[in-house]
Formats: sequence, C-alpha cells, structure tokens
Amino acid sequence: MSRSDPEAPKRLALIASKGTLDWAYPPFILASAAAAMGWEVQIFFTFYGLILLKPELDAAVSPLGNPAMPMKMPFGSEGFKEIDWPIPTALMAFPGFQWVATNLMKKTFETKGVATIEELREMCIDLDVKLIGCQMTMDVFGFEREDFIEGCEIGGAATFLEFAADADVSLFI
Amino acid sequence: MTEIQADQVLDCSGMLCPMPVVKTTRAIKQLQVGQVLKLIATDPGAPPDMAAWSRQTGNEILAQTEEDGKFIFYIKRVK
Repeated sequence: MSRSDPEAPKRLALIASKGTLDWAYPPFILASAAAAMGWEVQIFFTFYGLILLKPELDAAVSPLGNPAMPMKMPFGSEGFKEIDWPIPTALMAFPGFQWVATNLMKKTFETKGVATIEELREMCIDLDVKLIGCQMTMDVFGFEREDFIEGCEIGGAATFLEFAADADVSLFI
Repeated sequence: MTEIQADQVLDCSGMLCPMPVVKTTRAIKQLQVGQVLKLIATDPGAPPDMAAWSRQTGNEILAQTEEDGKFIFYIKRVK
C-alpha cells in the first residue's frame, strides 16, 4: 500500500519483547487505543513477549532486580495503602515472593480499574489489531503453532519490517 | 449550556486508560452519523485522551463538563 495516499489510516508498529505482567500492558494498551482511533496496528511478539500469545496467560512479575517498583498494598486503610514498604532485596528471592508480588499487582490493577491483559488482548483482536508471533523464537524455545491463540499469525523479521516501513509510529517494547 | 439530547449513554466510571477510548469507539459505531453519544468517565486522563481521539477519528465533541469528579462528554458521530 502506498503511504502517499492521504486518506490511508495511520499505522502503529509495535514489537513486544517482554512477557512479564508489567511489560505485557504497554503493547496491548497502545495497540487498542490506536486501533480505537482508526489506526492500522500490528504487534510483533518476539523473544519473551511471545508467551503473550498463549491461550492461557500466566504472566508474572517480580520486584527482584527492579528497585523502581512501588511496594504498596492494594487493601487496608488509606494511610496503609500509602506506605511504600522497604522490602529487603534478599527477601524478594524467597520462594513464593514472586507469586505474592504478581497477585498484589493484579489486585492493585483491578482495584484501580485497569483491564486485565486477557481483556486488552481480546479488545485488540476485536479491533482488528494484527498479532504476529515470531517464528524464530518459536523454533528456539520449542513452541508449535498450536501453542498459540487462533487469532494470531506467524512471521519473521521481514514480515514486521514490511509493515513497519510504512508506519507512522514504531516502538520496541 | 443548552441541553444536548443524547441518543446513547456510555458509563465508563471507574475505568482507566485505554478503556474509555476503546469503549467510546465501540459505542459510536453503533450510532448513525449525526447521532450523539453521552460519555461519562472518571479517569482524569479522559479529557486529553478524548480530545486526541476526537482529532484522530474526526468525531466531534460537542460539549464537555465536569461535575463531582465525573467528566461528561457529548460526542457526535461525524464519520
């Protein structure tokens, strides 16, 4: 398609390279917002981002190695919720801590009115966002086509670049 | 402000980005060109986001008010 056509919709090309709960949000939020504005959107899921195309999502998050993550509780009194807990880094490595952190983040997002990753992905599909799984990552990590949702396609770097070449906005996430 | 007659009401209270934008798009597609959607949102990001959405989609925000922490938009389907 020629981009010289002034009537052509704007394009957003995203690479989703991270599969943790926190980093799963930006590509789906940007993609759904852009598609809602009538843009053509494609997300290329590569490396750890590829697991975001699995039917059942179990993305997790850990504060380990991420000192910027606020450690606040999603429940209790207003004063309690304001406390940013000074959790020692060594404690974050204990078994179960990642599970706790993941569930607290999910609870916080739910309480604040943020949609789940599953909901956002579904909205993207409804809005005709094209989801592309990286073939090379599949080969490297041993995934098959059946491991991923029906609503996605499989492709490689050239597939993404062809679309991104004519994009108005391209982001690596 | 003169009373604007809404053909449809969409309540996005309690929802954060990108839900108001996405739900507005879905709701506006259900309307005929020329009809008006009343959107209620509590997300403080809604005013700038709906303005951007309006510029990008060409649909017109006829009026916008704020009362008790609620942002109310009257949006006319243009395209």
